[in-house]
Amino acid sequence: MDVAEQIASGLAGTGEVDGSQFLTFLLAGEEYGVDILRVQEIKGWNAVTPIPNTPEYIRGVINLRGTIVPIVDLRRRFGLEPMEYGPMTVVIVLKVMREDKSRVMGIVVDAVSDVYNVQDESLKPAPDFGSVVNVDFVQGLATVDETMVIILDIDHLLNSGELAVMDSAIEHE
Amino acid sequence: MSIDMEQFKATFIEESLEGLDIMEAVLLEMQPGTADAEEVDNIFRAAHSIKGGSATFGFSDISNFTHVVETLLDQVRAGEREVTQEAINLFLSSVDCIRDMLAGAQEGFEINLEQVAEVKAGLDRMLGSASQATVPAEIEPEATDGSPAASGWKIVFKPFPDMLRSGNDVVRLFRELADMGEMVPKVELEGLPALVDMEPEEACLSWEVTLNGSIGREQVDEVFEWVDGDCELSITPLGDEKALEDMPADKLSTAVEVSSTPVQAAPLVEERRSNNDRRQGDRRKNRSSSENSSIRVGIDKVDALINLVGELVITQSMLGQLGEDFSMDKVERLKDGLAELERNTRELQENVMSIRMLPISFAFNRFPRMVHDLCGKLEKKIELKMSGEQTELDKTVMEKIGDPLVHLVRNAVDHGIETPEVRIKAGKSETGTVHLNAYHQGGNILIEISDDGAGLNRDRILAKAIERGLANNGDNLSDAEIFDFLFQPGFSTADVVSDVSGRGVGMDVVKRNITALGGAIDVESRPGNGSTFTIRLPLTLAILDGQLVRVGEQTFIIPLVSIIESLQVESSRVNAIAGSAELYKLRDDYLPIIRLYDAFGLKPDSASLEDGLLVVVEGHGQQAGLLVDDLLAQQQVVIKSLETNFKKVGGISGATILGDGTVALIVDIGGIIELSQNGRKCANSAAA
Repeated sequence: MDVAEQIASGLAGTGEVDGSQFLTFLLAGEEYGVDILRVQEIKGWNAVTPIPNTPEYIRGVINLRGTIVPIVDLRRRFGLEPMEYGPMTVVIVLKVMREDKSRVMGIVVDAVSDVYNVQDESLKPAPDFGSVVNVDFVQGLATVDETMVIILDIDHLLNSGELAVMDSAIEHE
Repeated sequence: MSIDMEQFKATFIEESLEGLDIMEAVLLEMQPGTADAEEVDNIFRAAHSIKGGSATFGFSDISNFTHVVETLLDQVRAGEREVTQEAINLFLSSVDCIRDMLAGAQEGFEINLEQVAEVKAGLDRMLGSASQATVPAEIEPEATDGSPAASGWKIVFKPFPDMLRSGNDVVRLFRELADMGEMVPKVELEGLPALVDMEPEEACLSWEVTLNGSIGREQVDEVFEWVDGDCELSITPLGDEKALEDMPADKLSTAVEVSSTPVQAAPLVEERRSNNDRRQGDRRKNRSSSENSSIRVGIDKVDALINLVGELVITQSMLGQLGEDFSMDKVERLKDGLAELERNTRELQENVMSIRMLPISFAFNRFPRMVHDLCGKLEKKIELKMSGEQTELDKTVMEKIGDPLVHLVRNAVDHGIETPEVRIKAGKSETGTVHLNAYHQGGNILIEISDDGAGLNRDRILAKAIERGLANNGDNLSDAEIFDFLFQPGFSTADVVSDVSGRGVGMDVVKRNITALGGAIDVESRPGNGSTFTIRLPLTLAILDGQLVRVGEQTFIIPLVSIIESLQVESSRVNAIAGSAELYKLRDDYLPIIRLYDAFGLKPDSASLEDGLLVVVEGHGQQAGLLVDDLLAQQQVVIKSLETNFKKVGGISGATILGDGTVALIVDIGGIIELSQNGRKCANSAAA
């Protein structure tokens, strides 16, 4: 709840909004941001129901007021060392667009950090690391108070890999 | 004050479409040569309301067209015209035309006027070819109201003083008369009061009108239909010598009789009036009975209700779980739960369960017409039998099953039933039968489409399957397995069944639609005796009776309908083929064992068969034993889609929310059997 209040006060304090607002969260010491308009809610970690025969990073599904919502562990998705879930572990529920359809998904992150205003023009493209790091999911890099925030392209991220096959799977039915 | 005409228009169109459905249904029942008075009345009434309504809303195309239909029908009703097959077909195409025109009026798009014109020409021709051809010469005098075309009419029209108050407009009547032919009106001023006494809303004039031209009596009657009872009216044909000369000889007797008995006209009017009254009475009666037998419900309302029921079920299972091990510290939760239950119940009550499931006749209704048309096209004689039309089915399922059913019925008519010659040669009756049947069985509805045609050609299907690499030459396949090839995508057995197309075209789509609804389709066929397609569908897509089972730490739900029995494993009955494929001997059958923890990659309590329970299930026509750790409760669960926010997962048909708020996955029996077979195949091929 503290987190939510923090964000609420953050929102209230900003007053007039220039550019876009991003909710940032921590993951293995780095700060990542997602478009705040896509954030449906933030909730603590609760037990999930695992789905058989899906990759490790899809933790399972939860019941979000009657809707079945899949939960993706972002650490595992990025191939980072998995961390024990603790009291600070949060699930950010996001609205993900795919063509004209929207889906609701949750991502597990270490902790929620802050809300920033970022001018669109100050968003720098991520440098190309070639095959070393896949930067496809990165919408851009922003600098806030001398720290780097990685702005994620969640539509791309949560529609790729194992998550992407959903439509084709239905077609094959 | 402005009235929203659009709203009435929508109602009119809806009602008209219903009327058309009635017309169609009755027409299809009708046998040439025997017109049941009640049947004709039904059609006539429907046509009449459409005509009236369309004129009111300014759809002159429709009203003009329907007018011709109505005129013909009126003659049939009066017994002046025999009902021929040709006439029935013509009426059916008129129904189509009116339906098209209504759709056009509704959507505001241009309709195919050519077709309409063609049908109208046909109607006009039939009307023109005159009832005389079929009317026996010695008709009774009453029939005069149907006899068309005296060369003119003399109309004496005396409105009662209060006629104008009922909203009738004399000017409109005269305009209509003037449209028909040359009109010579003569006004009678006798009744005109002095200016001081004049009431502006009172009719005080009367007219004598001479109408020249070959106009049907009905047409004249029609103009005055609305003022019937509000005026004194006498309509007499003009006894014109010229007209008699012009008439064909066979008409003469009628015409002479008419003109020679002008005195009869007055009582005739009376008689018509009383007839009219009686008819209106009938109409009212009929309408009330038809309102009782059908309902029209917006799907959003149905969905809202289903949602409510869903919530109720969730609450109920929550309370159930709470009650199982209740202690005083949970009393708050119990109160919450009860409050929730009360709210749910109230909301449900408000929405009223009056919105029921719909009888399957909604889906069946289109078939008589379709079969009738196909028979004409294919020159076959087919009787369509339907039974169990009142079997009720969820509306969403109904909507999705429509197209597959059409496909199957088409197939049965097109390829199943042979031509009359072939049938006679095969020693069968000339007329083939297609039977549609629906009934409930357990939590399912079963729909059977059977024909008594030639049946499926097992050998040719097998040959085709081998040719396409779906089967091997040496395979020993059961009939069911062979017929299952029909549902393979693109599996056309065109040369097997007919030259145009064969069973199997689009059958994969049929199967896919049915599977998507959680149903299954089976084929049975005996050579020479026809084939039966059986569709098995869940009654509803929203709620399912489930058996909760535990595998390791997880709870899964197995649909109760697919469970045959559950038993403890006796290790002596377990056999393993090549060390991997385990079989369980159950009475005379060998069931493959699927270890659920294996299929889902979970950690079980114990890997030993004896410690678990075997749930014998059937899916996709195959049986298997699912090994689970424990059987838990049985309860109704609300099916939630995984695909909304995620994707389809093999072996899982959906998810549900248990009483404690956690998610449990519903096992897709057909899917899990398939999955384990594929897994085995993979393992086999890896080993080989």
